[in-house]
Amino acid sequence: MPKESPYNCEVVLANSHGLHARPATLLVEKAQEFKSEIFIMANGRKADCKSILDILSCGCPSGTKIFLSATGPDRKEAVIALRNLIGEL
Amino acid sequence: MKEVQTQIDSRKLHGVAASPGIAIGRALVLVDQQWGRTRRLKSSDEVGLEEARLAAAVAGARQGLLKLKERCDEDLAQFIPIIDSHLLILGDPMLVDRARVLISERMVCVEMALQESLAELEEKLAGLNDQYLRERAADGRHVANLIMKELFGGGEEPDQDEPIILVGHDFSPEDVLSMDSRLVLGFVNEQGGVTGHTAIVARTVATPAVVGCPDLCQEVVSGDLLVVDGNSGLVVVNPDQRELATYQERKKQFELYSEQMSFFAHLPAETKDGRKVAVEANLEMLEEIELALQYGASGIGLFRSEFYYLTQDGPPQEELLVSIYEHLLASMSPFPVTVRTLDIGGDKQVKGHHSRHEKNPALGLKAIRLSLRKPDLFKTQLRALFRASEHGKLRIMFPMITSYCELLEVKEVVAQVRAELRSQGLPSGDDIEIGMMVEVPSAVAVADTLAKEVDFFSIGTNDLIQYAMAVDRVNEQVAHMYNPLHPAVLRMIAQVVEAGHDAGIEVGLCGEMAGDVDALPILLGLGLDTLSMHPLAIPYVKKMVRKTVSDEAEMLAVDLLECPSAVVLQERLKGHLEKFYPHASESEPWLAGERA
Repeated sequence: MPKESPYNCEVVLANSHGLHARPATLLVEKAQEFKSEIFIMANGRKADCKSILDILSCGCPSGTKIFLSATGPDRKEAVIALRNLIGEL
Repeated sequence: MKEVQTQIDSRKLHGVAASPGIAIGRALVLVDQQWGRTRRLKSSDEVGLEEARLAAAVAGARQGLLKLKERCDEDLAQFIPIIDSHLLILGDPMLVDRARVLISERMVCVEMALQESLAELEEKLAGLNDQYLRERAADGRHVANLIMKELFGGGEEPDQDEPIILVGHDFSPEDVLSMDSRLVLGFVNEQGGVTGHTAIVARTVATPAVVGCPDLCQEVVSGDLLVVDGNSGLVVVNPDQRELATYQERKKQFELYSEQMSFFAHLPAETKDGRKVAVEANLEMLEEIELALQYGASGIGLFRSEFYYLTQDGPPQEELLVSIYEHLLASMSPFPVTVRTLDIGGDKQVKGHHSRHEKNPALGLKAIRLSLRKPDLFKTQLRALFRASEHGKLRIMFPMITSYCELLEVKEVVAQVRAELRSQGLPSGDDIEIGMMVEVPSAVAVADTLAKEVDFFSIGTNDLIQYAMAVDRVNEQVAHMYNPLHPAVLRMIAQVVEAGHDAGIEVGLCGEMAGDVDALPILLGLGLDTLSMHPLAIPYVKKMVRKTVSDEAEMLAVDLLECPSAVVLQERLKGHLEKFYPHASESEPWLAGERA
């Protein structure tokens, strides 16, 4: 695990089909609840967590390590909420 | 829509069977939205106009999706998430915002801008390694098409007053859902797979469908007469009189079958005198669970676990397997699910596990032999199975066991994996049943010894017959010698059943033979406890079980075991079948297509 600042975190995607339409929808809907800019980094790509197409184009199959990063007033809450969501997908 | 029909040769197109049933009707080809009518803008005044057109089209598409969502009643509630994801795409910066930017940046009309932003998106998605996610690129395209439809006049459905077969290059789940289902007889889609959203929707609305049908849109024009065989994946374009008559007959048979079968699917498989037999389904993918339950499976007798190994770029990780197995077990609970551990090698290879070329792959390093040779691969699968075991009723079986020592070796690995899981505080599935496939003649010969070491046997007749008769059934020159109704085969089955029952364990059969109604009274007579087959065959087999008297079946089996040859056996069997099932002259209609 790399050294992380409090508003970044890494999570492993464990659901069976990866970040496909339904889980990506949930993720983006949740991200849109926050003011912060939120990105995920996975497979060497960076994607806007509020754009479902960007998320889908990251192509995260199951088992992908996803790095979450948020900047903005509610970054901590955002990262925690999204981490929990990914864990439950 | 009708076109003058000249005499056109009939053609057959082969796709993937996506939703069962047969449809015959005229084609309505859904043309992809006309991307062609595009123009450059003459002045910056037009930019605002085009932006307004885009906003209006997006709003219209959104309205359409919301309306469709409302129409999804309970039966279709499972598609609401698909529509939700399309709503989200509609508001996504990468598609619509990007198009808006392109309008002013490049001074082009909405159509051109949208086409460009979609192309950029498709380029991104096309580079993905994972097929499942690549298929999701279709979602972006479908949403762009919804917007285009609005631009071309409010997304009206094509005029349609007579029933049609919908043909498209890649139509969306919304296209399927928004069609009046009474007027759509069937679907054919050039793109897509069995797991695509379009196929899933077609199955739910119980409309015959074939997907993944290459060259479809070049071969078919609106007005062509089509036969869509959703059982075999075949599409016949402009069938001749004879073909048409054949398919009309098959369609009638299948409909009659389905009608009766929805009744039989949920009755118990019980002989007239009350002997129960478990009728279960053979599955390969999670997507088939729905079908198995719908056709009345009382469990999964064979879950072929290879699929998730063959489609990925490397062996799947433990977490992925755990989630697959959890889903499988939970969906089938309280019914039992029998998972066969990896049966690969020979002609089926896991990517990333290259093996040496084998001269004789059927006799080579495959199935359990490969698992024992690659303990990491094997242990990962076992760990995932045990970890998932608490979500339902799991049974595990090992393919291609040939000897007692091999079985003990496998059980040793099982014990190691369990100990490891226990020390990690994870579920170790201590109470689940462990069984083996009997599909090699040597295992038949020592079945009594093996029976003491397992909780159940499952006879895999497809391989057993090949090995016992030394016949490759794919080799046309000898395929006729492959014969399940042969005294040699029946005697082997009898021997395994006896050995199993003597040791007090259950014996099942999961080869194609289990769904063969001619063999059914013999299999019942031999005393098999479980029959596992293609889901579509289940209701028919149940129906026939309910017509059988177990004493008579036993006498039949005893009689046939003594037959000197397959020819004599089949002759005697014919007489018995007429006596047992006097009105059952129909063939198996769920195999209406070309039987492999």
